[in-house]
Amino acid sequence: MKLYTAKTETSAENKIVVDDMILTKDIPTTAGSKMLEGYVSLFEAEVLTRLNNAGYGLCGKADVGEFSFDLLGETSCNGANIVDGKLVNAAARIVSDGDAFAAITLDVNGSTRRAAAQSGLVSIKPTYGTVSRYGTIPVACSGETVSVTAKCPMCVREVLDVIAGHDDKDGTSLPEELCAKIKKGAEAKKAEKVAIIGDFLSCVYDDVKAKVDAASEALKAAGITVDVIDSKVIESARVAWNILMCAELCNNVSRYDGVKFGYRSRNFTNLDELYVNSRTEAFGETLKTAILFGSETLSTENYMKVYDKALRTRRVIVEEFAKIFQEYDAVIIPACSSLAYTEETLKNKYIAFEENLFTAPASITGLPAVVSGSVQIIGKAFSENTLLDLAKIVKEGK
Amino acid sequence: MRYETVIGLEVHVELATNSKIFCSCSAHSYGADPNSHVCPACCGMPGMLPVVNKRVVDFGMKAGMMLGCDINRVTTFDKKSYYYPDLPAAYQTTQWFAPVAVNGLVEIETSKGKKNIRIKQIHMEEDAGKLVHDIREDTTHVDFNRTSVPLIEIVSQPDLSSAEEVEAYLERLKTLLRYARVAECEMAHGTMRCDVNLSVRPEGSDKLGVRAEMKNMNSIEAIKRAIEYETARHIDAIENGTEELRQETRRWDDIKGKSYAMRTKETAGDYRYFPDPNVMPVVIDDEWFNSIKASLPEFPEVKREKYTGEYGLGEYDAEQLTKSIALCDCFEEAYSVCKSAKDAANWMISEVMSILNAKKMTYDMLDISGKALGELIVLVSDGKVGRVNAKKILSAMFDDASIDPAAYAEANGLIVSNDTGLVEEVVKAAIAADPKAVADFKGGKEKALMALFGKCMKQLKGNCDPAVLRTILIDHIQKS
Repeated sequence: MKLYTAKTETSAENKIVVDDMILTKDIPTTAGSKMLEGYVSLFEAEVLTRLNNAGYGLCGKADVGEFSFDLLGETSCNGANIVDGKLVNAAARIVSDGDAFAAITLDVNGSTRRAAAQSGLVSIKPTYGTVSRYGTIPVACSGETVSVTAKCPMCVREVLDVIAGHDDKDGTSLPEELCAKIKKGAEAKKAEKVAIIGDFLSCVYDDVKAKVDAASEALKAAGITVDVIDSKVIESARVAWNILMCAELCNNVSRYDGVKFGYRSRNFTNLDELYVNSRTEAFGETLKTAILFGSETLSTENYMKVYDKALRTRRVIVEEFAKIFQEYDAVIIPACSSLAYTEETLKNKYIAFEENLFTAPASITGLPAVVSGSVQIIGKAFSENTLLDLAKIVKEGK
Repeated sequence: MRYETVIGLEVHVELATNSKIFCSCSAHSYGADPNSHVCPACCGMPGMLPVVNKRVVDFGMKAGMMLGCDINRVTTFDKKSYYYPDLPAAYQTTQWFAPVAVNGLVEIETSKGKKNIRIKQIHMEEDAGKLVHDIREDTTHVDFNRTSVPLIEIVSQPDLSSAEEVEAYLERLKTLLRYARVAECEMAHGTMRCDVNLSVRPEGSDKLGVRAEMKNMNSIEAIKRAIEYETARHIDAIENGTEELRQETRRWDDIKGKSYAMRTKETAGDYRYFPDPNVMPVVIDDEWFNSIKASLPEFPEVKREKYTGEYGLGEYDAEQLTKSIALCDCFEEAYSVCKSAKDAANWMISEVMSILNAKKMTYDMLDISGKALGELIVLVSDGKVGRVNAKKILSAMFDDASIDPAAYAEANGLIVSNDTGLVEEVVKAAIAADPKAVADFKGGKEKALMALFGKCMKQLKGNCDPAVLRTILIDHIQKS
């Protein structure tokens, strides 16, 4: 059990914690994997540079699950964080404890959003391309996004303003004029209609259902129309995202081969053994599952049947959201099935590929998603300001 | 039975951009210390994101246009996965789904006449690094200088049928790509490498035989020997059943003059191609497309025709000048200034090219200003600078391409003097110093005059019209 993988001294008033997917100079970045034990990057993440320049100080690095695509960090090589029988996410815990004003994390497969929902924190996964991914450990590049978690919508807003913006070092970074749309003061539509996607409600426990109801009530009280709608298409994001994520993950972690950096097995007599033994000894079970799955989907035999179909599904989901957004300003989907995971939950080896039912829609489309009041609110691209207003209503009733 | 050989080539050409394809490291590391041209990106370290070098796309388009291809206006990059220590990220970023150029045509000429070779596609990709085996220590070292250096791979259709055609095709690619200044194409430097796919079938058959693939051939002579060996091996196998032909990759041992099976295709790896989500599709708009189109050079044969026709040069001169686009450009610029194609050609061939040869530079490396050369030629033809001094100025132009010939001649005392008084003084002194030479000349030895002439010219630092000096010299000898 470990919250920090490294602690750092800072005299800054506003302390931030970054998860161990965000590269730092001088101190190790491990991605929660034995493979990167002691790995120190030669350069730091763009988001960290921006925060340092704005006067924020790094107080440490939060442990993550191996390459951060699990539930809450339980696959870390340091073991799961379980407190009072409940699974705890390190970054969220550090913010909850007041040790850091905000946490900067890489949202690969929704762990940031699940953690915020379960800890009663606010998090934002901004529109894909508005925050630089330069200096983040790559896993599922087509959907992963640097996210912010803090105690209130305005806290999140403040940090997002610092990290958002164009970066030449990231080929997928959007032009400055588009990034500016998500910043404070940019013109934002006041939400009038919000849709809850009903299909997801049958997949959650009562504690989550109650949070969705509470959010709905709060919004209605603020004069916003809330409808429950059906959309089978959006549910298919889970399967499609699992295919895309694992394929990209398989490719991105293939660089850890024992040759150049990271873990190298002592037990080899030729090149194949160097590869196989290093990876076998250093990678955890969940990661290996994802690698094998990803490798299969990209094979010549399966590419068109599986991977290409997932890409097409992504397009269909983007179009489905666009259709919904013609009528609604935002969509509510729970962030998780339950407000607490236990050791019982972890007995299901594939839980991270099932529980992402709720987070995959925003991951696969790159749409912005805010978690507040333990529910997830997804909006159209660049609607961060609208979403944060809704987050405030849900959280504070105004 | 008569057989025909069916050959398709995959030619890798290193593009001559200054920096690598996805990072700002220098792409020119030939002969440099290992791992001196690297950064976290081209070493495959996590967290660096690829940013496409626009020059690479420029060069890819140029290459495509030179080889008669259609340009894909939306071209994308894909990842190709395989494990090898010289590939730091364990994937190569290449173009699989939408390569920059497709459906080209290259005309070659052999002893059998002209023939068109179809190009299937040209794609851009990054090079891999290099393994250095240390036999003494029994270890292998990795050098990443070459990783992410931009390449194009030119894939031909199986339209080639002999070693002679392959040679002509490779020479043609080399000429056209050098003309477009996109690549050096020097097999000895590894900037052009070739995979040969070969099969043999009965003449006239429309079915392809079993294919053998020979990878990374790096000399035209080796390729020719390999093709001849493989053709004979295949025919022998078909006719005499000496072996069962299999689709396989073979390694050519040029010293032994034999090829060996490396691996069969069945066990070859699956490269698991997929679109690289970190590289946005490159959209080539009309403005970009047209600017590249406008920058293409004339083909060498078009230039030759222009030189022998419009410019009135001989076949030999045209042949020499069109050996390199750098020579053509310099010549044409010099000609536009001095207005004499013959003079410009003479200076290019007898002076410029011999300086390049003496300096062991390739013709493509020429970077003196054609305008300055033209001005120098004018100075000589106007009698303002002597020929010997003009050569000195030309030599200085090779050291500093920004030299203005007239200003340089002025500053260094290389202008022909019209002061006949000075010439007469020099001549008188020379005659007085060497009465024997004077006597010899008067006695009919023409050579004696040359000795005196040389001494005077030296004394005058070459700044005298030779005809004037000669007249004054003879005049004074006869008077003496």
